[in-house]
Amino acid sequence: MSGLAVQGVSKAFGGLQAVADVSLAVEHGQVLGLFGPNGAGKTTLFNLVAGLLRPDEGHVLLEGEDITRLPVHRRAQRGLARTFQVVKPLTALSVTDNVMVPLAHERLNGWLPLRGYRTAAREQRARVLLERVGLRDQADAPAGSLPLGMKKRLEVARALALDPRVLLLDEPLAGLSLQDARLVLDVVATAREQAGVILIEHNVRLAMAACDKAVVMEAGGVIASGEPDAIKRDPKVIEAYLGEGSDA
Amino acid sequence: MYVLTLVTLLLIYAALALSLNLITGLAGQVTLGHAAFFGIGAYTLAFLVAHGLGFWPALLAGGVAAGVTGLLLGAISLRLRDDFLAIATIAINFVVVALFLYLPFFGGAFGMSGIEAPFGDTGTLIVAVVLFGLTAVLHEVIRASDLGLALIALRESEDAAGALGVDVKRFKVTAFSLGTAVAGVAGGVYAVYVGVIHPHDFGFPLSVTLLAMVAIGGMGTFRGPIAGAIVLGGFAQAFSFIHNYQLVLYGLLLALVMRYRSQGLLGRRE
Repeated sequence: MSGLAVQGVSKAFGGLQAVADVSLAVEHGQVLGLFGPNGAGKTTLFNLVAGLLRPDEGHVLLEGEDITRLPVHRRAQRGLARTFQVVKPLTALSVTDNVMVPLAHERLNGWLPLRGYRTAAREQRARVLLERVGLRDQADAPAGSLPLGMKKRLEVARALALDPRVLLLDEPLAGLSLQDARLVLDVVATAREQAGVILIEHNVRLAMAACDKAVVMEAGGVIASGEPDAIKRDPKVIEAYLGEGSDA
Repeated sequence: MYVLTLVTLLLIYAALALSLNLITGLAGQVTLGHAAFFGIGAYTLAFLVAHGLGFWPALLAGGVAAGVTGLLLGAISLRLRDDFLAIATIAINFVVVALFLYLPFFGGAFGMSGIEAPFGDTGTLIVAVVLFGLTAVLHEVIRASDLGLALIALRESEDAAGALGVDVKRFKVTAFSLGTAVAGVAGGVYAVYVGVIHPHDFGFPLSVTLLAMVAIGGMGTFRGPIAGAIVLGGFAQAFSFIHNYQLVLYGLLLALVMRYRSQGLLGRRE
């Protein structure tokens, strides 16, 4: 199977069941919207998939291979890319060098990777990626100096630099102007051609339009999944989540 | 003659500061035990030369001994973050000094003496120049390399670096063992430079001084640690008559720099 499969994954922190027996799958070419109120377990699920946390039960499969026990960097090297809800720019590095890090990953497995990191091929690729997210004019600026909207787009560019097979986007639109949000959604639409995308987003109206399927979580479990349009009419979903925020 | 010995000492300090910069400046791992690895190199050379080994192989052995120790201790302690790592490295420094004191073949508090400079004082100066030159080249090659980029990435954010394909644990240990290996070689050069070494030459105060050199000069830069080594090393010579108060002076200088120019004298503001 291509893409990502999460099979019966659970994670508890002390007495709190943060994620309970969650299964979902996303294939290349699909965008899966992951919805739910704050504290539903969406970001915990991302951390389980990305390898920042180990599940108590269940399996994570990338391109059909079990990666449940693989460390974070190995998953990234295999094309599992993510952005963070709270942006994590490499502040002292330039915007270009931020993108250079994932572009360097293939050579980082050598014993002592002492070859220069600035190569013409990488600079070219970095330019293309920054162009795609509209950061060409900021290429030489320190990443820490960017406003939030641009930092969010830089995270997307860095994730794309891994040539992702699966792309996990944790609230990539939060805090963005409508114009910037559209730009990011366009990038996501292009990225899906080669990858499966999971999108956590609170801006339901914008995100639903970009999704092929939707999964709604509450209190760690999946309460609904299917076509976005059907999900929007599901009474359980309306009660749990969409009720008051449906026109947000 | 005095200038010659001073320059030799400053070159050794500059190499040491650059080696520490690999760990603390580039990889962001604050260590307060760097002097221990300097000492391991010095004692290894003194011990091996006293047992008939030649200068060059003994110098190399000092680097290997310090680097391997750094590798092992790094693998254990680099799981710790920030202040816990700083405390763990202080402990490493005290343990290593205690070993120099109590292991019988290291001469106890009297240390090891009669370490001959194989090429005379001028020869030692040339060796120090070569040590500094090679360390500077290594430092700059690393900074421009995939390794250097990975180190800076993990310094800025371990989570982001990991998510971008950087093996955070491994590269921290790589930086630590490279830095400690260079410190070990510098220790060997220092041993033939002074001729007599004592356990307390490699204690916690020197580790603090080295960190101050890097921080005052400018962490992560090339010129910064060298400038810091010259300023503080020169200071130590100029104010040697107030020996016991030198650390107070360094502390004061460090506090002033951190307050008014936190990126260091030669660091860039980011």
